[in-house]
Amino acid sequence: MESAIEKPSAIRVAPIEAAAPQRWRALAFGLFGVVALGLPFVASGYHLFQFSQVLIYAIALLGLNLLTGYNGQISLGHGAFYAIGGYASAILINKFGVPYGATIPVAGLVCFGAGFLFGLPALRLGGLYLALATFALAVATPQLLNFKGFDAWTGGSQGLQLGKPHAPLGLPLTPDQWLYFLCLAVAALMFWAAINLVRGRVGRAIVAIRDHPIAAETMGVNISFTKAMCFGISALYAGVAGALGSIVVGFVSPDSFGLFLSLSFLVGIVVGGLASISGVLFGALFIEFVPNYSDQLSDLFGESAKALPGAIYGALLIGLMYVAPTGVAGAIRTATALLTRLSQRTKRG
Amino acid sequence: MNALLHQIFSGLAMGGVYAILALALVMIYQATQLVNFAQGEMAMFSTYIAWELVDSGMPYWAAFALTIALSFIGGMAIERLVIRPFANAPVLTIVIVFIGLLLIFNSVAGWRYSYTIKTFDSPFPGRPWFGNKYMSAHESGAILVTFAVLALVYAFFRFTPLGLAMRAAAQNPVSSRLVGIRVGRMLAIGWGLAAAIGAVAGMMAAPVVYLDPNMMSGILLYAFAGAVLGGIDNPWGAALGGFMVGVFENLAGAYVVGPEIKLSVALVIIVGVLVVRPSGLFGRTLVTRV
Repeated sequence: MESAIEKPSAIRVAPIEAAAPQRWRALAFGLFGVVALGLPFVASGYHLFQFSQVLIYAIALLGLNLLTGYNGQISLGHGAFYAIGGYASAILINKFGVPYGATIPVAGLVCFGAGFLFGLPALRLGGLYLALATFALAVATPQLLNFKGFDAWTGGSQGLQLGKPHAPLGLPLTPDQWLYFLCLAVAALMFWAAINLVRGRVGRAIVAIRDHPIAAETMGVNISFTKAMCFGISALYAGVAGALGSIVVGFVSPDSFGLFLSLSFLVGIVVGGLASISGVLFGALFIEFVPNYSDQLSDLFGESAKALPGAIYGALLIGLMYVAPTGVAGAIRTATALLTRLSQRTKRG
Repeated sequence: MNALLHQIFSGLAMGGVYAILALALVMIYQATQLVNFAQGEMAMFSTYIAWELVDSGMPYWAAFALTIALSFIGGMAIERLVIRPFANAPVLTIVIVFIGLLLIFNSVAGWRYSYTIKTFDSPFPGRPWFGNKYMSAHESGAILVTFAVLALVYAFFRFTPLGLAMRAAAQNPVSSRLVGIRVGRMLAIGWGLAAAIGAVAGMMAAPVVYLDPNMMSGILLYAFAGAVLGGIDNPWGAALGGFMVGVFENLAGAYVVGPEIKLSVALVIIVGVLVVRPSGLFGRTLVTRV
């Protein structure tokens, strides 16, 4: 075997049986549904835009978490697939006049192809080497988008401008509200698909490959196919998110898809919790609002406030690895398990 | 023809920088089988320290030496404080910690020294050396410094007891500990050396690419490419790989893909080598027992 094949790399994730009891979960889900549906009628304008962005990030993080958290393949370059999705959608709308709704699945499929193709060589690169290759992808992405040969399509460093879509069918919604609901619908669909994927046979195979590739292969799991597929699906999620992102922002340019975006995604899944579906929502909230709030601190810190998000991200990445490698989702799981145990004890006593 | 030679020589000069940084990467890889994603940002930070020292009126070579010493101490401190607690952690955890370090160094540099681009004077000013019309004085000097670093590192590992102990600790930690080598301290020294070597790379690169907090991201990528091409467990292979990548990158940028997308050359080299020959040109093929 080649050197690039890694040892079984179990990552630290919270045990599944520590999950919250059914009742609490239903309660949390209902509460989330009410907040998510009510938000557009409370928040307005820019804030609503931010929450649309949170949903978009959540979709991208979900994809990255499927790959890194569940399958154990490290990707530091998911910003590249987000960029491909964003550009696919923007080019279709801007150059070919495709209705924007139809570009989302197309962007997803394009990214699925790109991810699957990148996943094939990635099969031979375990752990560290995959991190290296995807890191290179992340660094090279803005330059590739800037490439003169594609200028006619990508608009070069100027990027592409898109109009803001209005609510269809005469729905009484502002464009911001409509876009939020569009993001919410797509996100709900993607979450539903991810939950089903993870709970099913394929999901168990994906996790088995992470935990013990050799044992998984002995049990009849087709490792190379499953891994490449997982890479493709993960890229599909990032692509759908990228497409939604360019529709909501109304603009794409190479500079918005740099290394920092890819590293933000990594921060998001680590903060939310590796191998957790609901955790990505916390991660998405985090990577949307932390840079925003640190921008507002620029009165306090002056020009150096620009450095704040990076510093917070970096300190959190290392700090979380020390104290809470399972992220917010893991902390919630531990807390609810503790509470249930306590309540059971009081009932008995 | 002249233009071609010019491209090759300036490629060699940048290749020297990649070679030094690749050597720093290999230094940590050999001992821990990890690739330090923060190596470039550490080098960038060292370069800022050098800039600050020179700016405060210190002569260049004194600042050069002091920066290397400070970087050595800093590298050891990072190993002790940040990396050591993750000694037995899975790969993903450590990669995340490295990325955290990268972000911290980048933003602390931006906060302390601002994001405006600064010039960094070359220690080799003036006219080209030896009547060499293809290279500037800085390029000749950078190559010379590269060879000096390579010779020093070779001498250190080949002829000193400490170098021998470090090699032993990297090759077989358990047996080394049994014969009385303090493996933990060797690891810390390895990190210190890597940081010091990286500082040299940063100071040689800064006059060419200018000083700003993001100056090393591209250079780190080429150093990765060089290390992977030459074989990431072989320091001399990695250094040679660095030179090769430098020349290749410059030629590709000038004649094939254009300077705007030169970074994708590194991407292609990394993915290509890892797929076709993961051990690189001069690396050992590791055999894993299942």
